[in-house]
Amino acid sequence: MATPLETALAAIVGPRWLKTAMAERRTYEADGLPTHASVPRLAVLPGSRAEVIAVVRLLAERGVGWVARGAGTGLSGGALADPATVLIPLTRLNRILSIDPESRRAVVEPGVVNARLSEAAAPFGLYYAPDPSSQAACTIGGNVAENAGGPHCLKYGTTTSHVVALDVVLADGTVTTLGSVQGEPWGPDLVGLFVGSEGMFGIALGITVRLEPLPQAVRTLLADFTAVRAATEAVGAIIAAGVVPAALELIDQACIRAVEASIYAAGYPTDAAAALLVELDGTRAAVDGEFAIVEPILRAHGARSVRSAEDADERARLWQGRKKAFGAMGRIARDLVVQDAVVPRTALPAILDTITEVAHRYGLTIANVFHAGDGNLHPNICYDARDPELSARVARASKEIMAACVAAGGTITGEHGVGSDKIDYMEMIFDQTSLGAMCAVRRAFDPSERANPGKVIPLHSCREWRSAGVP
Amino acid sequence: MLARLRQVVGSDVETGPDGRPLVAPRSVDALAALLGTAGGEGWTVRIEGAGSWQTPDAPADLAVSTRRLNRILSVAPADLVASVQGGVTIRQLAERLADHQTVVGCDPPGSPDRTIGSVLATATAGPAAHRFGPIRESVLGSTIVTAEGKLVRSGGSVVKNVAGYDLSKIQVGGFGAFGIIVEVNLRLRALPAARRTVVAQGTLDRLFNAARALVAASVDATILELYATAPTDRWTLVVETSGTEQGAEIEEARARELAGLSFDPGDTRSTVHAFGEAMTEAPVTLRAGVLPASLPETADLFTESLGPGRISLSVGRGGLRWCGAPTAAATMAVRQQLAAREIPLTLERAPWAFRSAMGHFGAFREGVRPLSDRVRDVFDPKRLFVVALEGRANG
Repeated sequence: MATPLETALAAIVGPRWLKTAMAERRTYEADGLPTHASVPRLAVLPGSRAEVIAVVRLLAERGVGWVARGAGTGLSGGALADPATVLIPLTRLNRILSIDPESRRAVVEPGVVNARLSEAAAPFGLYYAPDPSSQAACTIGGNVAENAGGPHCLKYGTTTSHVVALDVVLADGTVTTLGSVQGEPWGPDLVGLFVGSEGMFGIALGITVRLEPLPQAVRTLLADFTAVRAATEAVGAIIAAGVVPAALELIDQACIRAVEASIYAAGYPTDAAAALLVELDGTRAAVDGEFAIVEPILRAHGARSVRSAEDADERARLWQGRKKAFGAMGRIARDLVVQDAVVPRTALPAILDTITEVAHRYGLTIANVFHAGDGNLHPNICYDARDPELSARVARASKEIMAACVAAGGTITGEHGVGSDKIDYMEMIFDQTSLGAMCAVRRAFDPSERANPGKVIPLHSCREWRSAGVP
Repeated sequence: MLARLRQVVGSDVETGPDGRPLVAPRSVDALAALLGTAGGEGWTVRIEGAGSWQTPDAPADLAVSTRRLNRILSVAPADLVASVQGGVTIRQLAERLADHQTVVGCDPPGSPDRTIGSVLATATAGPAAHRFGPIRESVLGSTIVTAEGKLVRSGGSVVKNVAGYDLSKIQVGGFGAFGIIVEVNLRLRALPAARRTVVAQGTLDRLFNAARALVAASVDATILELYATAPTDRWTLVVETSGTEQGAEIEEARARELAGLSFDPGDTRSTVHAFGEAMTEAPVTLRAGVLPASLPETADLFTESLGPGRISLSVGRGGLRWCGAPTAAATMAVRQQLAAREIPLTLERAPWAFRSAMGHFGAFREGVRPLSDRVRDVFDPKRLFVVALEGRANG
C-alpha cells in the first residue's frame, strides 16, 4: 500500500522512477566510500527539470528532507540519505543543452557525465578542464556540489574556476539563476558560494561552464625514483622553478605494483619507490621550454629515468595507470579507504614519512597515489571491513594522518568533500564562530535545512551561532 | 562616542574630515573589539582602506580604516602562498614579493597605494585576469570581521581545499557588505623570467578582430587588452607574453604574425599602469560582464549613452571597464539595457550620492536579491556597514 508521499511522488515522475522496494533502495546505500552506509526512505528519479522542481516543492510542502545525488562516485559519504530522507538521483537529467564554441561555453544538465562533455566539445577544439579520476562515471552536477578537482586542476583550477552560471532550485522550491554567462555575477558571488556546498544549498538544474581550447602540444613524462622523498623534493623544485605543469602526480611502489599486476598495466617500473607523472601542455614553444627546465630537475633529484610518451596511445596508457590506480588497489584488498588531505607542497616529504610511520605503527598497508603538485594527498588504506578491530585501527590511523596534515599547515580535504566522513574533523581547522557562520549561510539558502541534512558542519556548531542571537 | 572608542582601541581614534570619529586599529583583535562595541550600540560604520579607490564619503556614525592592518604576515615562495593583512597596499605587496621572485596574479586598476582589501572587496583584478582569472582565483582563505565583531575564517593556506563552504567567495566582490577583510591567504605565481610587450594602435574593429584571432589561435598571452579614451577612433591593443625568454619571444612572434598589425615594442607595466590609474581620474567606474563577441557593440553603447570616458576591454575572457562622469539616471538606463541582454553592470566606484541611488548591483535576476539579503543578514543583520549594495532605485 503506497503512502500518500509515494503516491504524490509517483504522480510526478511516473511509478517506474520511484523506488520503494528495499532491494532497489539498497543500491543507493553507499557512495564510493565503503565506511558509511544508509538506506534512503525512497529514491525518486526525476526525468526533467520540471520534475525536479515539482519533487522539491512537494517535499517542501511535506517538510521532508532530501539528498540530491549524481553518479554516487563521491568519496565522503556525502550523497547518503537516511531512512527519513528521500534520495533524488539526477542521472536522468543527462543532456548537454548547448555548446557555444565562439564564447567557449557549454550548458549542461546536472546528470551529464564529466567525460562526455569533453568528448562533445572536442570537435570544436575545446574541452572541459576539471577531470576527477572518476570522470568516466561522475556527473557535472556532483562535481559542482563537491567542487571536484582532478590531476589537471593544478594548472587549470578546480570546478569552481570553470562554472560561470547556475540555474538552481532552492529547498523551498524557488528557482533562480546565479551568475552570468560571462562570469560576472548579478550581485555578490553566489555561484562561488554554491559550488562546493555539498548539495546543501539546493540543486543545480542547468550548469553553464567555461570550456578551454585543447592545447596545441602535450608532453607526458614518467620519472621513476628509488626514494619517495627524492620524488617529493623534485615536485617542490619544479613548482619553485616557476613551472606549473598541467599535472604532477605521484604514485608510490605499492600502487605501482597494484597497477602493474592489473589489466591497467602502464609499464611503470615495479622496483621504483615512487614515480612522478608530469604533464606539460600549451603551445609547442611553452612545452619545449618547460621540458628543458623540468627534465634536469627530475634528474638532479635522482630520477633513474625520464620517459617521455612517444604518442597519444602511450600517453593514454600512462594516464590509465594513474586514473585506475584506485580500481587496481581494489583488487588486492577487500576494502579500501581513499583518504584526501592537503599539505603545503614543501611539507610533502615530511608528511609521507609520517604516513609511513603511522602505517607501520598500526600494522596497516597504506599506498599513496596523489596530486603531488597541489600537495593533495590520497593515502589508500587497504583493509577488511568485516573485521571491526581492523576497521577501528583504520579510523584511528586516518585521524592521525589528518591531524598531521593540519599540523603541517594543511587541510582535511582537497577535493572529496566533508560529507559524513569528515564532519568530526571540521573542528580541527575551524573555530565555532566560523563553523556557525557557515551554518548560517547554509540557512540563507535553505532555512529549513532540508537539503542534504546533517552533512559538513557538526550540529552543535550550528546551534551556537543561533543562540548568539543572529538570524 | 570618542571616549567609548578610546576605551576599546586606545589612541588610534581621530576625527575624520566629516567630523565623525575615524578609527584605524593596529590589530585584528582591536578591530573586532571595536566592531563588537559599535554593533552593540547600533553605530553605523563606513569601511575605508587607503581612500584612493572608493571616495570615503558614506554617511556613518564612525569610519573604520584598515590602513594600519598593513603587515605581510608570511611569504612562502616555495609553496607560492603569502598571508597578508587587509590594509597591505598593492605597492607594498609587489615590492615584498619581488624579493621572492613571485607576484599575485592581478594588475588592479587605480592607484598602487590601494589596499589588497579594496582590490578583493571590489573584485578588480585588471588585465592580468586574461592569464590568471578573476581575483577570486588568487584567494585561498580569508579572515573577516562581521558587523558584530565576530572573526570568521574560511578556506586555508593550501592551493586546494574543499573543507567547509567557501565563504571567501562572498567577500570577494562583496564591497564590504559581508564584513571587513582583515587577513587573506593569497596564491602567488612565479615571477616570469621574461615579459615582452607589443602595442598597436588603430580602429576598434581592426584591433578587436586581430585580438580575437590571437585568442582563436590560443596565443599564450598574459595580457590581451584594448584601451581607449572615448569617443575616439584610436584604440590601443596591448599584448604581453611572458615565460622563459625563448617562450615569450616565440609567442610574441606568433602574435605579430597572426594579428597582421604594425606593432611597436611597449612597456606593459607603464602602459597597463597608466591606463589602470586613469580608471580613477573621473568620479565613476563601472564594469560590465560581457562576452568577448559583444564587446565592440557594448563599448559603443557606453560611449553613446554615457559620454566621454576611459574604456578597457578584455578580449580573451570578456568584460569591460569604463570610467567617466555620467549621471546616475543615464547609468541606470544603461544597466537596464544591458540587463535585457543578460549582461550585469556593476558599479565599482562613485561618490556616495551616485552609489546610494544606483547601488553596486542592480537589475537582479528573480530570486537573487532575497538570497543576497539573507546572506547579508548573516554578517550584518542590522545593516551597520554603510554599503550601497543595491541602491534606492532597486529597493
